[in-house]
Amino acid sequence: MSDDLKTTPLHALHIELGGKMVPFAGYDMPVQYPLGVKKEHLHTREACGLFDVSHMGQALLKGDDVQDAIETLTPSDIKGLAQNGIRYSLLMNDEGGIRDDFMVTNRGDHLYLVVNAACKEADYAHIAANLPNHTLEILEDRALLALQGPKAAEVLNRFAPGVDQLIFMQMGEYDIAGIPCLVSRSGYTGEDGYEISVPNDKAEDLARKLLGEAEVEAIGLGARDSLRLEVGLCLYGSDLDTTTSPIEGSLNWAVGKRRRIDGGFPGHDVVMKHLAEGVSRKRVGIKPLGRAPARAHTEVADKDGNIIGEITSGGFGPSFEGPVAMGYVKTEFAKIGTEIDLIIRGKAVAAEIAKLPFVPQRYYKG
Amino acid sequence: MAIKYTEDHEWVLVEGNIATVGITDYAQNALGDIVFVETPDVGHSVDKGEDCAVVESVKTASDVFAPLTGEITEGNAALEDEPELVNSSPEGDGWFFKMSIGDEAELENLLDEAAYKEFCEGLD
Repeated sequence: MSDDLKTTPLHALHIELGGKMVPFAGYDMPVQYPLGVKKEHLHTREACGLFDVSHMGQALLKGDDVQDAIETLTPSDIKGLAQNGIRYSLLMNDEGGIRDDFMVTNRGDHLYLVVNAACKEADYAHIAANLPNHTLEILEDRALLALQGPKAAEVLNRFAPGVDQLIFMQMGEYDIAGIPCLVSRSGYTGEDGYEISVPNDKAEDLARKLLGEAEVEAIGLGARDSLRLEVGLCLYGSDLDTTTSPIEGSLNWAVGKRRRIDGGFPGHDVVMKHLAEGVSRKRVGIKPLGRAPARAHTEVADKDGNIIGEITSGGFGPSFEGPVAMGYVKTEFAKIGTEIDLIIRGKAVAAEIAKLPFVPQRYYKG
Repeated sequence: MAIKYTEDHEWVLVEGNIATVGITDYAQNALGDIVFVETPDVGHSVDKGEDCAVVESVKTASDVFAPLTGEITEGNAALEDEPELVNSSPEGDGWFFKMSIGDEAELENLLDEAAYKEFCEGLD
């Protein structure tokens, strides 16, 4: 392990479980365990997987009218969010590009934020600089575990009776096996499940308890990536970046209706122009028609050989049982079913524009 | 004839003038679940060390190199539908291709089992 890599409170447990450790966003993280990426992926869809996502950033934003404050940085409707409601949101730049995607929970007098590991320092600096009258409290003392899959509610309810009453994108405070936790019914696998914010010194204890249940397996970052790709969720830095607008990214739903009219977020003019006039490129699902997976940065061509875009995430979908990808194409090629070619190792391989998600999302909506 | 190995983790079984080539158990273990294999076209001439096949696992694509100079005589068609044979039987049913041996002197440069084992231990 390189000396400059950070570790999460579960690092020793990952090693004990036989995790294959790799550098990821500055952390030494398990990409897979002895089960292997494919079985870990399928286990999560069939039963329940436990993920260490402590490398992500957790913070509280406090101060007067904090919902108004965060709306100056994002296009989401946060004021319309019920108490303990969670929303997927975007930190925008003035050019209409996306600085990061993050989760915002309305905790009444404050907001609970979860940001990407690779962006967290920049996000914190950005928020602090732009909201000088508010306090950003970074939760360095908390780990984050994700329990995902159709058995997640049943398993977690054994330790925290009542946690099955939460619905998708809702948060609550629960003692899990006596440990005080912030529990969100959310995740990034397309399955029902929870994200659990737990004090660092209790994280390993909690992880061991959950892993002790028959339904639960430890799952690494490899399967996390294939799970989120199959259900069409974006990976920041691959599918979204500072040069893509929410409209190009097919995230129109993340721009609140009221915000489109009222504005007041960075890049509002660009977003409105994209909504009114359309965009020249768009994020789409791409299904390679053979068995060969197409990886990120694979060029996309039309049937005449002209380059019309690029894959931004691609690989093999274990539940889909075939290669899956997403990427950007010129808008005139974005219609579902459009025949395209992927340039894989210099050869044109047939593919088509596909509907996202490849595998249905199965959130618990009550 | 015993199986020989390369430092690129191919194995080579020589029978007469034909070599059968695959990737080693060490290699399939390191790659993880194999989801796609592209074998070279029959009749294709290859130089020793040239990339001539592709193996993709869930996470990554890797080249497979020709261990010898010669001509491809057969690709393993079974891998088209069952790439997972590389995981379950790397040095058996999961073979990649057969090739004619253009220069027998090159066989001298391949590793025997003991030397390959030692080479792998040095990598861990």
